[in-house]
Amino acid sequence: MAAHRLSPSLNRLLLAGKYASFWTRCCAVHGYAQYSTACSPNEKTFDKILIANRGEIACRVMKTCHKMGIQTVAVHSDVDASAVHVKMANEAVCVGPAPTSKSYLNMDAIMDAVRATGAQAVHPGYGFLSENKEFAKRLAAEGVAFIGPDTYALQAMGDKIESKLIAKAATVNTIPGYDGVVKTVEEAVKISQDIGYPVMIKASAGGGGKGMRIAWNDEETREGFRFSSQEAASSFGDDRLLIEKFIDNPRHIEIQVLADKHGNALWLNERECSIQRRNQKVVEEAPSTFLDAATRRAMGEQAVQLAKAVQYSSAGTVEFLVDSNKNFYFLEMNTRLQVEHPITECITGLDLVEQMIRVAKGYKLQHKQEDIPINGWAIESRVYAEDPYKSFGLPSIGRLSRYQEPLNLSNVRVDSGIQEGSDISIYYDPMISKLVTYGATRAEALASMEDALDNYVIRGVTHNISLLREIITHPRFISGDISTNFLPEVYPDGFKGHQLEADSRRELLAAAAALHITAQLRSQRVLGDLRVSSSPVECSHWELCVELEEGRHHVDVTKSGKVYTVEMDGVKVEVDGQWNLASPLLPLAINGTHRMLQCLSRDASGKIVLQYLGTSFKVRVLSKLAAQLNSYMPEKVPEDTSSLLRSPMPGAVVTVSVKPGDSVAEGQEICVIEAMKMQNSLTAARQAKVKSVHCKPGETVGEGDLLVELE
Amino acid sequence: MISSRPRPFTRDTPSFFLIGCDSSSASALSVKERIDHKRKTALCGGGQHRIDAQHKKGKLTARERVELLLDPESFVESDMFVEHRCSDFGMEQDGNKFPGDSVVTGRGRINGRLVYVFSQDFTVFGGSLSGAHAQKICKIMDQAMMVGAPVIGLNDSGGARIQEGVESLAGYADIFLRNVMASGVVPQISLIMGPCAGGAVYSPALTDFTFMVKDTSYLFITGPDVVKSVTNEDVTQEELGGAKTHTTVSGVAHHAFEDDVEALLNVREFFNFLPLSNQDAAPIRECHDRSDRLVHSLDTIVPFETTKAYDMLDIVHATVDESDFFEIMPNYAKNIVVGFARMNGRTVGIVGNQPKVASGCLDINSSVKGARFVRFCDAFNIPIITFVDVPGFLPGTAQEYGGIIRHGAKLLYAFAEATVPKITVITRKAYGGAYDVMSSKHLRGDVNYAWPTAEVAVMGAKGAVQIIFRGKENQAEAEAEYVEKFANPFPAALRGFVDDIIEPSTTRRRICRDLEVLASKKQLNPWKKHANIPL
Repeated sequence: MAAHRLSPSLNRLLLAGKYASFWTRCCAVHGYAQYSTACSPNEKTFDKILIANRGEIACRVMKTCHKMGIQTVAVHSDVDASAVHVKMANEAVCVGPAPTSKSYLNMDAIMDAVRATGAQAVHPGYGFLSENKEFAKRLAAEGVAFIGPDTYALQAMGDKIESKLIAKAATVNTIPGYDGVVKTVEEAVKISQDIGYPVMIKASAGGGGKGMRIAWNDEETREGFRFSSQEAASSFGDDRLLIEKFIDNPRHIEIQVLADKHGNALWLNERECSIQRRNQKVVEEAPSTFLDAATRRAMGEQAVQLAKAVQYSSAGTVEFLVDSNKNFYFLEMNTRLQVEHPITECITGLDLVEQMIRVAKGYKLQHKQEDIPINGWAIESRVYAEDPYKSFGLPSIGRLSRYQEPLNLSNVRVDSGIQEGSDISIYYDPMISKLVTYGATRAEALASMEDALDNYVIRGVTHNISLLREIITHPRFISGDISTNFLPEVYPDGFKGHQLEADSRRELLAAAAALHITAQLRSQRVLGDLRVSSSPVECSHWELCVELEEGRHHVDVTKSGKVYTVEMDGVKVEVDGQWNLASPLLPLAINGTHRMLQCLSRDASGKIVLQYLGTSFKVRVLSKLAAQLNSYMPEKVPEDTSSLLRSPMPGAVVTVSVKPGDSVAEGQEICVIEAMKMQNSLTAARQAKVKSVHCKPGETVGEGDLLVELE
Repeated sequence: MISSRPRPFTRDTPSFFLIGCDSSSASALSVKERIDHKRKTALCGGGQHRIDAQHKKGKLTARERVELLLDPESFVESDMFVEHRCSDFGMEQDGNKFPGDSVVTGRGRINGRLVYVFSQDFTVFGGSLSGAHAQKICKIMDQAMMVGAPVIGLNDSGGARIQEGVESLAGYADIFLRNVMASGVVPQISLIMGPCAGGAVYSPALTDFTFMVKDTSYLFITGPDVVKSVTNEDVTQEELGGAKTHTTVSGVAHHAFEDDVEALLNVREFFNFLPLSNQDAAPIRECHDRSDRLVHSLDTIVPFETTKAYDMLDIVHATVDESDFFEIMPNYAKNIVVGFARMNGRTVGIVGNQPKVASGCLDINSSVKGARFVRFCDAFNIPIITFVDVPGFLPGTAQEYGGIIRHGAKLLYAFAEATVPKITVITRKAYGGAYDVMSSKHLRGDVNYAWPTAEVAVMGAKGAVQIIFRGKENQAEAEAEYVEKFANPFPAALRGFVDDIIEPSTTRRRICRDLEVLASKKQLNPWKKHANIPL
């Protein structure tokens, strides 16, 4: 297999080239605000760093390592053997099979990898072992640097109960709640009643929204307790829970801190992370539209007080809930590099990974608090492989058959760990990338984000571009009127994609009609065949019927050059474009306005799926004759699915609470599916008797698999 | 009476109108009226209520189908005035005569390219086949062969015209004979859009491609009633001969479409792939996809574990122009993938083992499916691109008793016989006899590539080691040795059995270049009356 081994190294070369250009771009974007103000070549840090993570964050850390001239070691599970982070690294070690508990959480294997490769330091990224004090201890015992805070801070801040007590002592504002571990369901109910509803039940060891439930009454407390402890156990191996007052309609704003081992600490301004779904962040920005300088300073100073109280070193994040009166409460401290760190880098010009590496080596901070600027505005959209039409995002899996990041645009940064051909599997987080745009003003950054989302080509998995685009173009978001309840408030009936108005609907239909004709005309262009009829001159006028959802429109199309004039309902729309039928992107000028559409699919029977304003629309274009004949075609009735419970996503069956013959009430839980470490309760759509059960606990199921059939 | 001034003579005016004599003028007018009347009647088929009934069933009429299939205003009809000649059972009465009888025939164009069409008219005697009906079909088939243009048959017929007896049967045979004569001369496509039962089924069966419409089309030798009386089986029409049955179980049909409109529009698309005749080259359509496009996703598509599956369709879609692949028999013998695509605009036939289904092994059904497709491509000058990941032939009594030996031989035969450009890419396994079969160098493959993940060997490591090192203690070590020696592309490359080991991402670029070179390939098989493929 020698020849095969060549290919990863070849790829690595190619990748190195690719990232070199990426790097230049980032620096160029920021102009005076570069990533790192003073990367001193004399400042020796480490020769070799092992990155105990995967995906985009592993790649992110490696980029900085390579910039600093540090050799990198990747660890990977067997299914990740050809992942981008493996190709990017100078060395790679397989640490076990696909399940994270056997690979990326497998401390023994990772310690072996550290020893085998002689890495002097380990960067844990986020998640996995990043806040695991045991891991940090084992590294310390072997004299390997852990690029993160000391074990004391890890322990102190890793436990939500303890962290709250420490915060209180450090005169940081905290949320009223119960400062202890809740042991039983009944105790949970009693404590909740004492605090007063609503309450938040969360895993003591948790983070990232996992093992977190909100309860508004005793019943929900009981349910939440059960779920959270199960989720906590499976995600963190620790089922301890705590309960606190739930602050309704708050903002989630966090402060990035950076501290060294010499007692110095800085706050690097805030990140606004209020746009969340199921307590997971979706869109973040820095700075926040909500904070004034005084509040920012107060929050920053409290964050630094807390960091100092636990002798924090390295980069960390202090999360606050901020109510409408700008009262802020300490939520938790994340003792690691945060997912959304790039937006802080964009506005401060600091390379946080570089700073972490320096600090881990024992260097003092290079900056003073007054050196930390807010230059411009940065927005981050988390692009996920998930279906936003299902509870704002249920995981989807698949192979990225086509994948193109919008790096051709300026002021765009994409942190990703996948490439065309990568698999999004059920084993890991379904994040595709973090799309960051930057601008001198918020409006500029938002405009870039809109462009970037339109230019992002993702095929093969369902993704949440539509939701992201709707959020960043929503008037409430634009005006900064947001809270953690933004999504349920704006979309009370669930997300349904972009809602077309008369004008935009016409634009879409016109684009579809023009595309259809382009394809038709192309079919007539057979090269070098003398047997093609030459008699009819190329047609330049067509009558078509375009169907979208329930509406049917008769349109007249004329063509001159590459410009189509599409007339419908007495209104003319002009569509101009390059009309490349092989390109996934369809850059058009519609009535002179530039629009980037994407053609997702196109078939012989006139069905075209276009991504327009972020949302995909199914359009059917037929000739007038075909449309008329199509009216005779029977409606094909889809199978009645209300009696079938299908898995909404790929995952593993945790519990099945019914058996054939049972009667279930509407909304009664039927089974629980775990995917990407999230437990999802599936309930009966109506009152019925269970006819048959097609799944067992422990089984892996795919999206759309039949789980239970009702009578 | 001679006019002093000659009247202008135009092409549109038949000359007999000019020579004015009152009596002949009157009769000419009545002829004109009769012509118009006949034409009008012919256009109405079996009458409005039958047309309505046809529509009610979700079916289009014969003429509507032709209109939708062909370019606007390109249809040139023939034999609109032909009527059946039966004089028994009251068939001779005026009310039982329909101009054009129960089929519409003629020629037209699809995207400017010539095609001959017949469309059976269910509204006239249930589309039943009379002597005249058959004669009309034969006429256009003869012409199609003469000028070298494909024939598309739109089938919607209750069967033989029983009133005509043997004349109807003779008509079938006349068509069958022409189907056979035309086979390999011009492409023949059958689209089943209604019933097609009894002897009638053999015409579609003899053509190159049979497509069906879901829920409204049936193909069977004998219907459910006869089945019940003979074998006592209870079976519905749909189960016995519906689109699902024939595209998944029997392999009689090559594709099924949702409804008439979809089917006809898809046949138009399908037609674009085909050359007009065996004298024409595979068509080259204007292409917007760069021929030198690197396909990076292919570099990671083959999993590290040799036992893990992947989807061969991913490779096909990523390699061909615009991911446009018209798969033939997508739901039958899914362990082999066949279909048409384009490379730099030029039509190619794609054959690929599908590791996702039964590990991509060859069995009876997949061999037959592959063989028929390869022979079509060879007959019509369509280059064949073969993607190989085959662990061998499927073992077992079912296969042996079913005759895998003679059926497997068909695929071997087809590849060996083919003289069109043949390009082969071994993506992973090429084991045993199946390696030889899958368009190997030894069967005159023009360009044979191996990806770095290729393993060309007699069998997998485990089985091989058990034979080579029988009784040896350390099987694991032996296995490692075998893997080192054989589980890679070198043994084949060393001997020139593959021309190069290529980075997967360059596959498209290379194939496009090779096809350009091979466009002028000329290769002849020895003269023979016809070859003797192991049927």
